[in-house]
Amino acid sequence: MIERGHHDMGGLPAGEVERTEHDYPQWQRRVDAMVQLLRIGKKITVDELRKNIEMLPPAAYDQLAYYEKWISSLTQTLIQRGIITTEELGRKMEQVERRVR
Amino acid sequence: MSAQLATVAPRFKAGDRVRVRKTAPLGHIRTPYYIRGHVGEIERLCGAFPNPEELAQMRSGLPAQPLYRVRFKQKDVWPDYRGSETDVVEIEIFQHWLERA
Repeated sequence: MIERGHHDMGGLPAGEVERTEHDYPQWQRRVDAMVQLLRIGKKITVDELRKNIEMLPPAAYDQLAYYEKWISSLTQTLIQRGIITTEELGRKMEQVERRVR
Repeated sequence: MSAQLATVAPRFKAGDRVRVRKTAPLGHIRTPYYIRGHVGEIERLCGAFPNPEELAQMRSGLPAQPLYRVRFKQKDVWPDYRGSETDVVEIEIFQHWLERA
């Protein structure tokens, strides 16, 4: 059994909290907007998103930035909900890849 | 919170002493690991909300579970706590995670 989830870090030794403000690039704003719209439209719940962030492998959890975790979790949630398929997603990713290359 | 929701009746009131269940089910758990097994005091009933553990699995989370703010003495939670004897940590915990102490 997993006694303590990797994300459940309360009380563990940690470094300083970084208190600097930073700007949000456009893609992060888009991720935020998608999450809010899907949530308000009752297509997904914030609890599913949290679960899917918590299910990330520990190395990915540590490595991914905040909105990278969100988009990873949102994608997982949309697939689980049947709103998109892995086939559609894979094709779209190839398309975008070709566009930016 | 919405009075029309099917709701589990509250079992505790402010001042009651409660122990947090010490268990580690899989899934999305909002009871922090570090507080499980500890004894605290009900500070207030916050209302009743659909169970996030169920919402995270794409179910309704109903009947709604009472949510309490529970107060713990910091020195009880952290063996090496160096602050004042009277310092507390307050955590919001759903009823199904609490037992009478």
